[in-house]
Amino acid sequence: MIEYNKIVNDGLWRNNAGLVQLLGLCPLLAVTTTTINGLGLGIATTLTLIISNLMVSSIRNFITSEIRIPVFVMIIACTVTGIELAMNAWFHELFLVLGIFIPLIVTNCAIIGRAEAFASRNSLLPSLLDAISMGIGFTLILILLGGMREIFGFGTLLAQSDLMFGEGASWMTMTIIEDYRGFLLAILPPGAFIGLGLIIAAKNRIDMRVSAAPLSNMLPQ
Amino acid sequence: MIKTTADSTTAREMLKVIAALIPGYIALSLIFGPGALIHAAIMIPVAMLAEATIIWMRSRSAVPAIKDLSAPLTALLLAAALPPLLPWWMAIVGILFAIIIAKQLYGGLGQNPFNPAMVGYVILLVSFPLEMTSWLTPAGAIVGGDTIGFIQSAEIIFGTIENPSITIDGVTGATPLDAMKTALYQGLTISEGIKEISNGVLAGSGWEIINLTFLIGGIYLIASRTISWHIPVSMLVALLIISALFNTVDPDRYSTPLYHLLSGGTMLGAFFIATDPVTASTTPRGRIWFGACIGILIYTIRSWGGYPDAVAFSVLLLNMFTPLIDHFTQPKIYGERDNG
Repeated sequence: MIEYNKIVNDGLWRNNAGLVQLLGLCPLLAVTTTTINGLGLGIATTLTLIISNLMVSSIRNFITSEIRIPVFVMIIACTVTGIELAMNAWFHELFLVLGIFIPLIVTNCAIIGRAEAFASRNSLLPSLLDAISMGIGFTLILILLGGMREIFGFGTLLAQSDLMFGEGASWMTMTIIEDYRGFLLAILPPGAFIGLGLIIAAKNRIDMRVSAAPLSNMLPQ
Repeated sequence: MIKTTADSTTAREMLKVIAALIPGYIALSLIFGPGALIHAAIMIPVAMLAEATIIWMRSRSAVPAIKDLSAPLTALLLAAALPPLLPWWMAIVGILFAIIIAKQLYGGLGQNPFNPAMVGYVILLVSFPLEMTSWLTPAGAIVGGDTIGFIQSAEIIFGTIENPSITIDGVTGATPLDAMKTALYQGLTISEGIKEISNGVLAGSGWEIINLTFLIGGIYLIASRTISWHIPVSMLVALLIISALFNTVDPDRYSTPLYHLLSGGTMLGAFFIATDPVTASTTPRGRIWFGACIGILIYTIRSWGGYPDAVAFSVLLLNMFTPLIDHFTQPKIYGERDNG
């Protein structure tokens, strides 16, 4: 009996790719300068995860364990190439902004990690659910970090949303702080590391509260 | 070593360092107006409050950490390094990063791998490059003009003046190190550049006096055995040797050793920043390596790097190597064989 609740909970929270497994840090830290960048990369990564998980799961009984890694790599590479071409066609501006990080989804360890750890051992439906929840979990962190860095760095939220949703979506851009002079650190790479560290700290804090153990027992003495 | 209660001795050492900063602060105030003092007055309470808050959140007693005076010292060091008319909220951003991110998140005093004051400085420098590089033209003490007064400094720092650019336009400018770099880009030689940028004799007016006063404070620190001589001496000697070398080869493109020793944050860095007992190397041989590498890095970044001054970057880079340096320079225990 497969516990679907557990799969969803793992992907979104308990085993989150961005916060707990810390997989795919390179795109996570590099592209999250704005919310829209984060959302775009998150959706592309989720799509890749879904397709690769489904394919790996459906052929899992035909590949021997000796050659499974090259097979996974080829599946993921094909998927990413397809998504890259699709984004180039339909979201060309966003494709230009995200640049090298679209083809680099292929190196995102979260994807081959799910293929190896989950899809190659489970049937289609759980693999699909795993891909969706892992992808959404990762996307949420990308959006959260992108939003934090955008607010502190530029004073706006959802800037350039026309890249994603077309010309009609310019209204979504919010100016949070008027006449903001910008805080460059948040945009630069150190800001990404500090921001991710703070999000992880917040998650650990929430987990501690939930587990209801006395705080002093959980801290390193 | 005599073992005493940790907080009281730490506080005593910190107090000596604070006392040694006094001549430097007097020179800063006479030459650049009371900006540094105003910044210190803002940052010291913020630093202590931030420290106490984080320690309280870690459910520990905040009293010893407040009593050891390390947070006020970080604030004083950072205030001495900031441009005198930096807006108040930038100073607060700097000290909050220094105390919370660079010090307390790593576990507080004694656990931080990077010098907190310099982390605060670098964060401000990369975030607000324009504000962090506009210094006052040194007045008063050297040229005979008026130093910017307390009221005027405070008005600019707190932004209560309607249009600060008009008020301060006549008095702000780049530091001599910065201006020299620009002059070199424009194809001027060092001697032409010096004429262009300063009325000072050696390293830009006012700056040599500030550096000399920090040198006096540093000598007191060595004499009172608060710091050992290894780091400052090796750092200054390394800077002296490398700058003398390049200056001899091509005096038109590379400044004199004296210029480097008495410019920017050299002396403040050598005696007060690089010698931080937490983040610096701890073995005698290691300290010499540590200081010498900082001296060479300062020269390298000043001469060929993108930023005008380099003390903060050099110290932070060497902070990363401190564990490695300590590992390879452990003193031999008496009786230990060479090839055990």
